[in-house]
Amino acid sequence: MSTLESGNGGVRLGPNGRPVRPFVMPKRFTGKLWVWRYTILRRITEIGVLLLFFGTVHWGWTLFGQRILVGNLSASTLLDTVPLADPFATLQILFTGHVLQPEVLLGAAIVLVFYALLGGRVWCAWVCPVALVTDLSSWLRRRFGISPGVSISRSVRYWALGVALVLSTLTGVAAFEWVSPISMFHRELLFGAGLGWMAVAGIFVFDLFVVRDGWCGHLCPLGAFYGVVGEVALLRIRFDAPTCTHCGECAKVCPEPHVLNLKKAAEAGMIRSGECTNCGRCVVVCPEDTLSFDLRFLIRKHNLQSSSAALADSSSTVQAANQGTSS
Amino acid sequence: MSSSKTASARRLFLAKLGQSAAMAATGGLLWGFMVEQQVHAAHNVIRPPGAEDADGFYAKCIKCGQCVRDCPYDTLRLAPAGMRIPIGTPYFVPREIPCYMCPDIPCKAACPTGALNPKLTKIDDARMGLAVIDMEHCLSWQGLRCEVCYRECPIQGKAIIVKNYPRKLSKHGMFVPVVQAEYCTGCGVCEKACPTEKAAIRVVQPELVEGKIGEHYRLGWKDPGRLTEEFKPYAPPSQRQEGPSGLDYLNREDEL
Amino acid sequence: MELTRRDFLKASIAASTAVTVGIPVGKEAQAAAGEAEAGWQWDKGVCRFCGTGCGIMIATKDGRVVATKGDPDAPVNRGLNCIKGYFNGKILYGKDRLTQPLLRMKNGKFDKKGQFVPVSWERAFDEMAKQFRRAYKEKGPTGVAIFGSGQYTIPEGYTSAKLMKAGFRSNNIDPNARHCMASAVAAFIQTFGIDEPAGNYDDIEYTDTIVVWGANMAEMHPILWARVSDRRLSNDNVRIVNLSTFRNRCSDIADLEIIFKPNTDLAIQNYIAREIVKRDAVNWDFVKKHCVFATGPYDIGYGMRATDKYAFPKEKDTQAKQFRVKLDKYEAIAQRRKPGEIVEQKNAKSAGKHWMITFEDFKKAVEPYTLDFVAELAKGDPDESLEDFKKKLRMLADLYIDPKRKVCSYWTMGFNQHQRGTWVNEQCYMNHLLLGKQCQPGNGAFSLTGQPSACGTAREVGTFAHRLPADMVVFNKKHRDFAEKTWKLPTGYLNPKVGSHITKIMRDLEDGSIKWAWVQVCNPWQDTANANHWIKAAREMDNFIVVSEAYPGISAKVADLVLPTAMIFEKWGLYGNAERRTQAWREQVPPPGEAKGDVWQTMEFAKRFKLKEFWGEQPVPGLKAEGFPDGKLPDVSAQAKAMGYTGEETLFDVLFGTEENKKKYRWPDPVAKGHDNHIAKEYGWFPEKAMWMEYVKFGRGHGHDLADFDVYYRDDVRGLRWPVIQGKDGKWVETLWRFNAKYDPYVKNGDFEFYGPALKKLPSGDLDKVTDPTKKSLAGKAKIFFRPYAAPVEQPDDEYDLWLSTGRVLEHWHSGTMTRRVPELHRAVPAALIYMHPADADKRGLKRNDLARVVSRRGEVLARVETRGRNRPPKGYIFVPWFDESVFINKVTLDATCPISKQEDFKKCAVKVVKA
Repeated sequence: MSTLESGNGGVRLGPNGRPVRPFVMPKRFTGKLWVWRYTILRRITEIGVLLLFFGTVHWGWTLFGQRILVGNLSASTLLDTVPLADPFATLQILFTGHVLQPEVLLGAAIVLVFYALLGGRVWCAWVCPVALVTDLSSWLRRRFGISPGVSISRSVRYWALGVALVLSTLTGVAAFEWVSPISMFHRELLFGAGLGWMAVAGIFVFDLFVVRDGWCGHLCPLGAFYGVVGEVALLRIRFDAPTCTHCGECAKVCPEPHVLNLKKAAEAGMIRSGECTNCGRCVVVCPEDTLSFDLRFLIRKHNLQSSSAALADSSSTVQAANQGTSS
Repeated sequence: MSSSKTASARRLFLAKLGQSAAMAATGGLLWGFMVEQQVHAAHNVIRPPGAEDADGFYAKCIKCGQCVRDCPYDTLRLAPAGMRIPIGTPYFVPREIPCYMCPDIPCKAACPTGALNPKLTKIDDARMGLAVIDMEHCLSWQGLRCEVCYRECPIQGKAIIVKNYPRKLSKHGMFVPVVQAEYCTGCGVCEKACPTEKAAIRVVQPELVEGKIGEHYRLGWKDPGRLTEEFKPYAPPSQRQEGPSGLDYLNREDEL
Repeated sequence: MELTRRDFLKASIAASTAVTVGIPVGKEAQAAAGEAEAGWQWDKGVCRFCGTGCGIMIATKDGRVVATKGDPDAPVNRGLNCIKGYFNGKILYGKDRLTQPLLRMKNGKFDKKGQFVPVSWERAFDEMAKQFRRAYKEKGPTGVAIFGSGQYTIPEGYTSAKLMKAGFRSNNIDPNARHCMASAVAAFIQTFGIDEPAGNYDDIEYTDTIVVWGANMAEMHPILWARVSDRRLSNDNVRIVNLSTFRNRCSDIADLEIIFKPNTDLAIQNYIAREIVKRDAVNWDFVKKHCVFATGPYDIGYGMRATDKYAFPKEKDTQAKQFRVKLDKYEAIAQRRKPGEIVEQKNAKSAGKHWMITFEDFKKAVEPYTLDFVAELAKGDPDESLEDFKKKLRMLADLYIDPKRKVCSYWTMGFNQHQRGTWVNEQCYMNHLLLGKQCQPGNGAFSLTGQPSACGTAREVGTFAHRLPADMVVFNKKHRDFAEKTWKLPTGYLNPKVGSHITKIMRDLEDGSIKWAWVQVCNPWQDTANANHWIKAAREMDNFIVVSEAYPGISAKVADLVLPTAMIFEKWGLYGNAERRTQAWREQVPPPGEAKGDVWQTMEFAKRFKLKEFWGEQPVPGLKAEGFPDGKLPDVSAQAKAMGYTGEETLFDVLFGTEENKKKYRWPDPVAKGHDNHIAKEYGWFPEKAMWMEYVKFGRGHGHDLADFDVYYRDDVRGLRWPVIQGKDGKWVETLWRFNAKYDPYVKNGDFEFYGPALKKLPSGDLDKVTDPTKKSLAGKAKIFFRPYAAPVEQPDDEYDLWLSTGRVLEHWHSGTMTRRVPELHRAVPAALIYMHPADADKRGLKRNDLARVVSRRGEVLARVETRGRNRPPKGYIFVPWFDESVFINKVTLDATCPISKQEDFKKCAVKVVKA
């Protein structure tokens, strides 16, 4: 390490003492599309899911003669056979003290397992229709440099989660489901417009002017629920600590920047917090390829491989950097 | 030093916890209020078959719309926000599209949660609502020969019967439709069919209009209880009030 | 599988809700509910909330009434009930039910000014007997009294009357039925010589003209009114007339509504009679064969006290009219005298005397009652035109007279609570007899009763101050002899002097001539007019008042001793309704706490006294009777000893627990079919049955025949209408129309025979006096009385400018002690209101719901004004119901009575209404 430091006066060093390499898009992927690849994929899944629901309901889409996806994000039937259900809504109903049909319980279990494997908050980043709106307000914030506004604790959503369950018991109905702007927005996209858009507009304005990432990052109990689920998720963002220059680019784009606690990430070799939505924004912006999608049980192995590779590669990297600045 | 530091940290922590709890409580109350408002937003929403028990239905309904999708007549709708109808739950407007009482009850079959009672197997057993007649505006009750509701009723002769009365004003008999709650499913075909400008027969939630005879009384001509041939002696009644509470009244020195 | 209590509750709630709402319930839930109801045991009974006598069925479980229903097999009501009847099962379970004897005490001793303290029955009877002896020693038989009731069961009434008359040698027992039925009784006796209606409820289905006089049947006899309504609705030819002093709910279905001024019903009846005569519509065949004409004195007073010593200063002007009255214009014409003439009320004490007159005299007497005269006098609604009113009167006469029409007249308190109540009752018979429209299916004047057993107990048993069982009277030696023989008493034991009627018992308490009184099954301090006097008398005079009660009411509050009493289904009983139908029920549930049936209370009290305490000479002031020393009951100890009495027997031994009764009427009895009897269980014999079987001896062979006790309890019997006569085949046959040969086995001669034996020898005279004192027999005939119009003793004037009438409302029974304990009924009608004309309210600056004071010369109450209620009085008239003790309207009313029947007139006095 010390050898690296010496004789490199012109090199900007990061907080960990390593030289910071300016972000340069690797040549082979310099296309804009490549930078936006996860964003585009996310929009595709979000809109795609919506489209599947809509197409099945309104245009009678089928696959192998089976209706593709009947229902909505609260509960649905895939290909007329596989039940799917929102596990949080199901949990709330159970909290009201009512017995449910096995169908919906199975559906909830399927969805739960799916997100447990894929990363709990994959829901938030990849499926939830409200993300379309909150991403927009987030982008507008950055684009126009709107001041951060009010700061509230990100733990509010866990309180909301608790309150939702308590209220479900007290009022006898699934409390969040009756006010949820998510299902309201989604339902109205599918089954006809009402005033649900007002709730979503509220979220948009709130996020834009009041709290940055206010709804998804601070308030949403559904997100909190998937956050808890995500604690055990298999799909993770691998953090290859030795390659990190602590440049902070990742934190700038992350909607949940506190999950990028690099010290903890270095210890675990990955972003371990369940609050990480696996949106992939950080992966794209990381100049060192320090962050990447990976499976939990492969991370240790991949990290070991890459750090040895990095050591071997480091001098050339520095040279390349110097070349870049001098030329 | 360090102990005072941890103490102040604890205080800070407790204060924060308190703040959060207070916020949760405030939010929770508001939220609870909103939910209650929502659930009780409209008493007279006509729900799909199998949703008789309103509390159970509103608790269990996950608002997925699968019943709506499977309704072959597009009777059912999913309530959007802002209509003073419990958000996201299925309902129908009989005057527009009534329930045509499919024998296989597809809406119920589609329901994943059991909010539409899976035990409902015969559509005639459904109680979506109860038809009530506004006698003042019902044409038949004025003596006109209408009785459209009676003839359209899918449980004709049971759910709606026609009674004959003398008209008094002229030498014409009256044919007045009368709903028998015992049989009415609340399908709303009558309301849809009613030819008056505004329907004079309407489906309403039974709890809005139905009373209940006291538990202490039976209708003599309906109740099967007959004279008990041999009276079985009763066990001594359990603890009855001892010591008259009327004593206070008797001893009160008020003027008569 | 055993259901837990919780499961049961859930199941039964679910099942009942589901059935009502019409939701099909799961088989399990239905089975569970059925299983729970399977433990119910049903028995038949009677509703206790009016004279109609609806049959009900009672379900009990674990010693509690769990449900009731109208008895579908009962011919009176066919399974229906009114809203009071609907709550029969709930009246037992009010929160403040009295369950222990309560005695006013101070420092452990009885003290009239003390507070009520729970005591034992032993202690209660000790004090009661001690106080009784004190009063009896001082005043004799007239110093004690019992307030009886038309809600007594028949055995209760019989037991109390027997103790009083055959034990204490006192005739001071009088029922609250005096306030309710006395005028009807007096008219029955004077007209027919025997009490109670000839017809029955079946008349409603046979008649085509129903005339309701001063009876708000729609609210007071709701189920009968349903029968009347059905008759009207199912036949276009049927006509209903409602005659009343204010618009009530009977008018809703009536074809003709006649609103008349108080007391002018007397004139309207005479107008009809005049029309009958004038149109030559008299049924001479009937009248000549079966009737005589009669009249009596006019100057009979108003039944008020004969002294003004006790009157409040403001009362004195009204009270003075008891002695002399200045005739007004109308009264003068009606009585063929000069206006302004002062008439001394000379016949106040002999109001009931009467004599035969000729038809010519009768014709002369009704002559002044022309349409013009009567219409001008009687028109009760100032807003109605005289011509309209005349038209209505003419229509009324037409309906009565039309030979093609059958006519039934019905009345209750409007006639009976009337300063000329006996007269107006008799006038109704006058018209029916003149037309020959009496005692036939669908034809007849029918007096409805107010109370469930006003007929069965008060009248038939004879709990009146002048009566013995089965229409016998104390002043008739033959009747006394019969009673003494039946009761195994020495000759001369019974007191021949008529006792104090209920109003007089109150007056006697006020002037100190009665010092001990026992209230049974009634609430006289709430139901007697001019109540301020009687409250003062109870609380301030030296006397001892015992009140047997189920709930604390006003009478209990002014009492010295309160005895907790079993209610209807907590004891065995029989009631007799208005159509002579006797109905029975068994004890269904035990009385709560220490409460006991009245039969037990009366009999236990009898155990406290020995025969020798009473068989000696007893003072009875004013007694004058054949075979009696003046002012005294004779010493009969010698005769009694000759009969085998030693004098050491208690009255209980002599009157009730005789060896014969103990042997003949053992308990348990198969008629009980497993039901309990808290009294019989203690005694080992069946007192109710013993009393019944003794009581029926009085009536059999005298036109009052009743069946054996057990017959009424048979499963196939829903009451029987007396005379009930056992045929040779052993079958008991009831009598539907009395005095009619087709239906009544007592008729021996001709188509009709008015065989009633009382007052059937009369002198003759003209319209003013007896001219030939020789008494001629009119056996088998009824009397057609001429009775003139008489003005009410108190009429609105400049200060007290409104008429006041009191009455009931459908939802509450009498003084409300029971129905006001039913939360639903209390919620429905929580308070008595002042029903008045909106213009009258306006004039006094009152709006609907304003608090106002109703003030008379005697007292005042505070209540809210109602201008849109069920009762719509004309201008100048208010109606205030009396069920509400917080609107104690009897403080305001006048205690004038019909001088013949001694029944108070609650329907008219003068008041003012002022904004509170």
